[in-house]
Amino acid sequence: MSTLAPAEAELEVEEPADDAHDERPWVVIVWNDPVNLMSYVTLVFQKLFGYTREHATRLMLQVHNEGKSVVSTGTREKAELDVARLHAYGLWATMQRD
Amino acid sequence: MGVAPRISRVPDGVRLDLPDDERDVLRQVAGELRALLEEAPDEPGLRRLFPRAHEEDSLEEQYRELTRDQLTSGRDRALGTIQETAGDTLLSLEEADAWLRGLNDARLVLGTRLDVTEDFDWEAVDVTHPQAQELALYAYLSWLQEQLVEAIAS
Repeated sequence: MSTLAPAEAELEVEEPADDAHDERPWVVIVWNDPVNLMSYVTLVFQKLFGYTREHATRLMLQVHNEGKSVVSTGTREKAELDVARLHAYGLWATMQRD
Repeated sequence: MGVAPRISRVPDGVRLDLPDDERDVLRQVAGELRALLEEAPDEPGLRRLFPRAHEEDSLEEQYRELTRDQLTSGRDRALGTIQETAGDTLLSLEEADAWLRGLNDARLVLGTRLDVTEDFDWEAVDVTHPQAQELALYAYLSWLQEQLVEAIAS
């Protein structure tokens, strides 16, 4: 691309490396922490995501034993909503591209 | 703690069998946290209540802008519900949910301050520890929270 004029080259650089065309879904991750009770975490997963007790318990145990678990996936908007609901219940949640 | 449970499930909600001094403690804990959230929202001790969502700063800033006020007002309302209903014997399920969040917030703030670990033993608080009082409060709130979770989940 040596024929590109400098101005065009600059434009090229300024275009963010993101996002709009990246179609990978976002994942919501809950991390282990020493305060939240295991029973509480299970209840919150059931309440917020409508998971069965068995599924919620499995996710909670994964958080507890492995340090983290993916609890939901989706668009950025959905993931942010889920993270915010988890934050409202005091869970340590983050999100990232799958 | 070999004492009678304080919280149990009843058909239309949750029953509180709390001695008056415990009701006072809960009112006070909720009031203090509420005041802290209003007066010093950026205090490091409150950081655990507002974790980052995103690793990347620009995304995190947008997330904060979108959610911070709502998260703060939700916490304020939940703690307010505890203050208002601490004298009651029956909580609706909606009030019980506010208790759940409010008690947990208090535990998060205290637990962070006390730097508790996962194997914190509620029943073995050392009374000579310099932070014995706060540890005992944390243990009490945890004990109560466990009962509340059980009552709501049953």
